[in-house]
Amino acid sequence: MSSVIASPQIGRQGALDHTLYVLRENPVTLIAFAMFALLCVAAIFGPSLVPYDPLASNAAIALEPPSWAHWFGTDNLGRDVFSRVVVATRLDLMISVAAVALSFVVGSVLGAAAGYWGGWLDMVLNRVLDTIMAFPLFVLAMGIVAALGNTIENIVYATAIINVPFYARLVRAEVNIRRDAGFALAARLSGNSDFRVLAFHIFPNALPPMMVQVSLNLGWAILNAAGLSFIGLGVRPPTPEWGIMVAEGANFIVSGEWWLAVFPGATLMLAVFTFNLLGDGLRDIVDPRKRT
Amino acid sequence: MLSIKGLEIGFRTRRGEVDAVRGISFEVAKGETLGIVGESGSGKSVTSYALMRILDAGGRIKAGDIVYGGVDLRAASENDMRDIRGREISMIFQNSRAALNPIRKVGRQLEDVLCRHARATRSTAKREAVKALEAVRIRDAEARYQAYPFELSGGMCQRVVIAMALACDPKLLIADEPTTGLDITTQKAVMDLVLELIRERAMSAILISHDLGLAAQYCDRIMVMKDGEIVETGASARLFSAPGHPYTRKLVDATPREGASIRSLLPAELRTPLEDHSPGNWPLLEVRNLVKTFAGKSGPVHAVKDISFTVNQGQSVGLVGESGCGKSTTSSMIVRLLDPTSGALIFEGTDLAETPSRGFARDPRRARIQMVFQDATDALNPRHTARQSIGDPLYRLTGLGGRDANARIDEIADLVGLPRPLLDRFPHQLSGGQKARVGIGRAIAVEPKLLILDEPTAALDVSIQALILNLLADLRQRLGMTYLFVSHDLRVVRLLCDHVIVMREGAIVEQGPTDKVMSRPDHDYTRELLAAAPKPPVRLTAEKADPPERFPRALSA
Amino acid sequence: MVFGVVVISFVLTRALPGDPAVYFAGPAADAASIEEVREALGLDKSLPQQFLIYLGDLVRGDLGQSISTGQSVFSDLANRLPASLELTLTALLMSCGIAIPLGVLAATRPGSWIDHLCRVLVTAGVSLPTFFTGIVLIYVFYYLLGLAPSPLGRLDFIYIEPDHVTGFYLIDAALAGDWETWIGAAKQLVLPATTLALFTLAPVARMTRAAMLGALSSDFVRTARASGLGSGTILITYAFRNALLPVITTLGMVFSFSLGANVLVEKVFAWPGVGSYAVEALVVSDYAAVQGFVLAMALLFVTLNLIIDLAYMMIDPRIGFEAR
Repeated sequence: MSSVIASPQIGRQGALDHTLYVLRENPVTLIAFAMFALLCVAAIFGPSLVPYDPLASNAAIALEPPSWAHWFGTDNLGRDVFSRVVVATRLDLMISVAAVALSFVVGSVLGAAAGYWGGWLDMVLNRVLDTIMAFPLFVLAMGIVAALGNTIENIVYATAIINVPFYARLVRAEVNIRRDAGFALAARLSGNSDFRVLAFHIFPNALPPMMVQVSLNLGWAILNAAGLSFIGLGVRPPTPEWGIMVAEGANFIVSGEWWLAVFPGATLMLAVFTFNLLGDGLRDIVDPRKRT
Repeated sequence: MLSIKGLEIGFRTRRGEVDAVRGISFEVAKGETLGIVGESGSGKSVTSYALMRILDAGGRIKAGDIVYGGVDLRAASENDMRDIRGREISMIFQNSRAALNPIRKVGRQLEDVLCRHARATRSTAKREAVKALEAVRIRDAEARYQAYPFELSGGMCQRVVIAMALACDPKLLIADEPTTGLDITTQKAVMDLVLELIRERAMSAILISHDLGLAAQYCDRIMVMKDGEIVETGASARLFSAPGHPYTRKLVDATPREGASIRSLLPAELRTPLEDHSPGNWPLLEVRNLVKTFAGKSGPVHAVKDISFTVNQGQSVGLVGESGCGKSTTSSMIVRLLDPTSGALIFEGTDLAETPSRGFARDPRRARIQMVFQDATDALNPRHTARQSIGDPLYRLTGLGGRDANARIDEIADLVGLPRPLLDRFPHQLSGGQKARVGIGRAIAVEPKLLILDEPTAALDVSIQALILNLLADLRQRLGMTYLFVSHDLRVVRLLCDHVIVMREGAIVEQGPTDKVMSRPDHDYTRELLAAAPKPPVRLTAEKADPPERFPRALSA
Repeated sequence: MVFGVVVISFVLTRALPGDPAVYFAGPAADAASIEEVREALGLDKSLPQQFLIYLGDLVRGDLGQSISTGQSVFSDLANRLPASLELTLTALLMSCGIAIPLGVLAATRPGSWIDHLCRVLVTAGVSLPTFFTGIVLIYVFYYLLGLAPSPLGRLDFIYIEPDHVTGFYLIDAALAGDWETWIGAAKQLVLPATTLALFTLAPVARMTRAAMLGALSSDFVRTARASGLGSGTILITYAFRNALLPVITTLGMVFSFSLGANVLVEKVFAWPGVGSYAVEALVVSDYAAVQGFVLAMALLFVTLNLIIDLAYMMIDPRIGFEAR
């Protein structure tokens, strides 16, 4: 015990050490972080880095296979696929981040309130969530975008709505198991109001599993948005977006011009893969049971 | 019959391999009952898993010999081991409900074992299983055969586990904390049954326990373990009357027993005199006709049925009972976490029950009633440092802030014996005893008049329990607090309380001065509780040196 | 819950852009005839009134008329639902057949190559956009290798549709003893079903692995080991049966997901199921068709939940106990 007393800063250092430890132990997580950084760079600086204008068509070089001049080839209008793929990063990431942020906030507030106070609030929320979950979620998103109108904001709203149940339920469960935990009761005895107990004592403890969910959901949100544009909802051509590029390229795949669909599709897949790996990595870092 | 030599067990962890057991040797003779006693982390359970070769993934036997009846268990093939487990050596576990497959009828689980060891065929299996249930004195065994674990009580589940362990007439039984988590009367019934069956069948047994008193009562010989090593081995009576090793002496001292005073639980060098403790005679809290009824699925549940009692200023009152007796519900209502269905809680002349629990956080009386929670780990916010935890009530209830608050927190840390550098640690970086001190520090930070102690030592090792109980006794003196001590353990209550209230099924069955209730109980249930508590051999020499009626001076923090 | 679904689908479809009255009246219609059609369709009434009429129709089993196909929505759905179900169920069977053994194996051998394989498959699987996998499969197996038939519908035109019994071509063809058609239908089914199976594989395998790991480290498995039970009994009777409970819950969720993913897969493979029907209906604001589709989905989901509850009750005695 004496050796433990001798190192009082163990708290902050422990967390950092632990993160480094997880990264060292699991190189895949490190790769995920690197790919995430790459995606961020593409999203922020993409438009100023790409070699060609993503919207400039040139019939003379239509449907050219990948070459040194056009790494990912050109599409049926002679646009550079590589430039389009890179530029699309910003839009796809923005949609998913905005949607996830929205559903995180709404889901947290609803779930936390329902989990802490229970009663009719909980019952009503559960009913509503059950109803939302009774739809195949992608179909619901389709319906919402179709009803609200074919815009990018509406894709964000639709994706957010179908994600809300996941956050609300997760937070509700996490809050509910801690509602009667000793530290929550003790906080009440210490003179904290119900709101303070919920916001400053219980909710922060529910954050780690939420962060994992956020990371996993980002991937899912990207898939969802791309899927919507694939069937012609949301983003409209000629805006570069991965889903729509795959949809356009699909027409050419049966005649062998594979690069139109494969490159944006593979990029999309890689992005989702990154977020999923990141989620797994985060789980390793935040999972208290794995901390020694 | 069983001989272990130089056993070493290692566990792979993130920080490399950790030694759980470091070269221990012992033997179990035919017909002998050996107790392995140690505090958490001493390696006592791991030892038993190793000799059954059922260590969890990550654990491995590094060195040593395990020889059972001439067979080298380390060298035996997995197939041979399967034959030995259950038929030669069997095991019963702590938390028996979890030890049974939740979705399989208990009878079928018994049959699995019987058929595996060729004790029954498909056609005779049921009859044999019922017989095995009858052997552990389960009444109406035919009906119990059809039950699922969740339909049985904890004690009944433990009997089923025992039936499974004994179904194939093994020669050696290993009982790993078989009664932890059970009520004290059930505990006695289960232990008596195990002992009887062992004797009947002339079996050997190993009883693993953290409770030295329990082991001493049921075992011929006791082996004390600490940090993966054997500290001392000896006959039960001898170990208690003349412990050789200082650690054994510490354990023996710390074990609550008949006639011991609270100071005598401590190692001799810490036994500073305790200040005289004389309760006042005007009531601080009057509980009048308190009732709590919950709405259950199958009708209302009467958790507390019209109870009344008085806690005088400066008094320490023990609220005792087994699980489900309503003691925790009562304390939750008094501390205003729960609203009573009816009744009054007169505290310093005003009725607490008139303010709903939801708004009580802003009540000026909030600071005057505080509570120490049962499980210190659960009671501390994992994301707050010890300083934040202790400071929280100061900020919220006293308006103290900044430097003043920090100075006060340092003061409290000194008071509860928590080294100041530990204040900036998070709960997972603190030991169990340290967490308990933080929990107590938080409760006394605002200098409450009434402190409710909800099994504050239930989750602690016995030597830590001794320290915490003494700390509580000192704080009571120093801060002039009144205690309501909620516990299932009469032995512990006796040490700290002047007055005892015994509850059962939501009602008070008996109350009175501690000495009177303990020595001349009026009610049968109290007698039953007293009889069920383990009675370790009394260590005469130590008791004589420290007469229980003297209350000497405070222990320095 | 069904009522909630009805309300949401009603509100959503009324919010769809475009005016069905204009559509029905035809391109040559003037304002008056459009108004006439509007009245005939009941669209001039207030929304609550429309809702009540709609409810009344629903009770009579009348889902209305589709604008785009001219058929009653009910018969449209009845025709197309078997196609979607055949695809989804085949895919689910395929993925369970692979995912559950894989998850069990990975859990029993943590750290082995099969565990790593499982982890890679799981992470890769959830990252696959279904429409993209479909396209890649078509490119490889149809264009490059020429193994698969052209990705257009349930059956090549050289075959004759089997007599309608269940609407599942595989079953109908087998019932009729027409194995040539059966093979033709199976060939068409393989690629879309694989696409969907790849998508559903991941969550099932992940949950099986996690649940098995949990069950294997549980106290009751330790008891079973300490009683000397054989490894087969422990694995199946003790661990797997307990691990099955969360897996079944996941299966329910996966089914619901794959109904959504169906929409995309059907579009890629020109599969004449309800998913592609819904997309077409959405694009032309076909109220009745969209409502009918959403309702059918929700009913399917409710039925599915019922089946899951029943399965749960069969496996877990505790469920029935709580209900009593």
